Amino acid sequence: MVANKFELKPGGATREAFGKTLVELGRESKDVVVCDADLSKSTYTHLFAKEFPERFFSCGIAESNMVAIGAGLASAGKTAFVSSFSAFVLNKGFEQLRVTAAYPNVPLKVVGTHSGISIGEDGPSQMSIEDISLACSLPGFSVFSPADEVSMAAIMRLATAHPGPVFIRAGRAKTLVVYGPDQQFEIGKAIELVTGTDVVLIAHGLMVAESLKAVDLLAAEGISAGVVDMHTIKPIDREAIIRAAQVGAIVVSEEHLVDCGLGVRVAQVLSETKPCIVEYVGVQNTYAESGTPDAILDKYGLRAANVADAAKRAIARKRG
Amino acid sequence: MNKTSNPQDLAQIAKRVRREIVSMITAAKSGHPGGSLSATEILVTLYFDVMKHDPANPHWADRDRFILGKGHACPVLYSVMAECGYTPLDKLNTFRQLGSIYQGHPDVRFIPALEASTGSLGEGLSLGLGMACAARLNGSPSRAFVVLGDGEIQEGQIWEAAMFGAFHKLDNCVCIVDYNKIQLDGFTKDIMDVEPLADKWRAFGWHTIEVDGHSIEALQAAFAEAAATKGKPTVLIAHTIKGKGVSFMENNPKFHGTAPTAAECEQALKELA
Repeated sequence: MVANKFELKPGGATREAFGKTLVELGRESKDVVVCDADLSKSTYTHLFAKEFPERFFSCGIAESNMVAIGAGLASAGKTAFVSSFSAFVLNKGFEQLRVTAAYPNVPLKVVGTHSGISIGEDGPSQMSIEDISLACSLPGFSVFSPADEVSMAAIMRLATAHPGPVFIRAGRAKTLVVYGPDQQFEIGKAIELVTGTDVVLIAHGLMVAESLKAVDLLAAEGISAGVVDMHTIKPIDREAIIRAAQVGAIVVSEEHLVDCGLGVRVAQVLSETKPCIVEYVGVQNTYAESGTPDAILDKYGLRAANVADAAKRAIARKRG
Repeated sequence: MNKTSNPQDLAQIAKRVRREIVSMITAAKSGHPGGSLSATEILVTLYFDVMKHDPANPHWADRDRFILGKGHACPVLYSVMAECGYTPLDKLNTFRQLGSIYQGHPDVRFIPALEASTGSLGEGLSLGLGMACAARLNGSPSRAFVVLGDGEIQEGQIWEAAMFGAFHKLDNCVCIVDYNKIQLDGFTKDIMDVEPLADKWRAFGWHTIEVDGHSIEALQAAFAEAAATKGKPTVLIAHTIKGKGVSFMENNPKFHGTAPTAAECEQALKELA
């Protein structure tokens, strides 16, 4: 059983790993600065603010200004992080991300927490289901969606050292731990967690753990499924996608609108290289609602069972 | 470059800059003469007298930073930077042509000595304040100078930035509003009145100086007052005339974003001789 290889023990939220790693980075370099828009207790940047108050810039509830302040700091040589809920920093700050970071290629580090629909009770105004699409539409940006706290910490370090602008997607909910502490990560290099011969499940964020659980559900029915963690959504790992296509059936799962997330990017690569049957699991053309995170993920079909069902559809189509 | 504090010398430079503005926009057959001509003394006074910078070392860490929030007025910036020696003077008339470093709006990819790519209004003040934050953290004497249009300050982000600048006591940032009272569609008072302008900036916590934006001596005094003002940022509300120096462009909304014809250019250059 795959679940024995991946214990999937309960871990912390990726937003918490972001906040903790930010403190470590702050200790390592006095050039690390952080801008916040009155959500530091939710994004965990309050940990940085407490230790480095002079390097923490409170911007008030003004995300547009915050993004451009961060771009000004980064233009002047600082390693500048701007952070808020993903829905706010991407949507309210998008114009500034475009003109003050992407267009002049300023290496701003943008971290959006509370992404997806798993924030639960606060409802759709706070949920971010289009952030991957927006971030990927910015030329020069690298876009990351870590699956757990281990990958968040590693990707934070890679993103900090990266010379260009980045967007990192973080979640509110606690995640299951996918990776051991020694796992190596590389920008633009997907991680093939499980190999399978009937179908490959590609995912990012919390859907990686759901895809791993789906492997067991499928194994119980005699289906061999592989899993790929596409932690870097841009630049995308084309080779990993082409390898996945060799089995002839792919499922892409994400806590994002299916119309404009990782799935369409995978499909683009396949259409250019090795056409393959693909099924998509994600938020359909709608906004979610309030509820517990578990209830929301159940209702909107972001569970291992949904991934397994999609895998069976893909395999059935493959067999014609 | 030869810096000078002599108002007569600066006025001569300003006259040259105005001729270059008119010529380059005429050659391009498009561009924004009115707001370039209104900001001429402001930029000349900054680049040739007030700011610490070195065209031979454009990325000197302690340099003062200049940001043209109203990026469409880039002809004045291009002309002044070329006069300083940052970029070729003899290429100004390639403005807006394919392959020219003199892009339609300032673009750091083409002129690395620019501090920011602007053109989408409302973002320059935030950038300048961010740079001022970095300078303070570094213990650097570097200051940030940001020129905004009066129409530009209708953008909400300007007032987010204004709050930020006062809250963080960024006295190393100086904002200059080129208050020429005209925007693309007409007179500012008819499109979206920004008055009472000085009261607004004072209410937002800025040291506010109203100044004749075409008087070099008055600008020099205002910049000196800004440098001496501690604990809060300073804004100069520079009262200017759109199209200043060319009779038929002055106070004429048509010349916000219309290039002169060849005949109009000839007439303008005679007036600016």
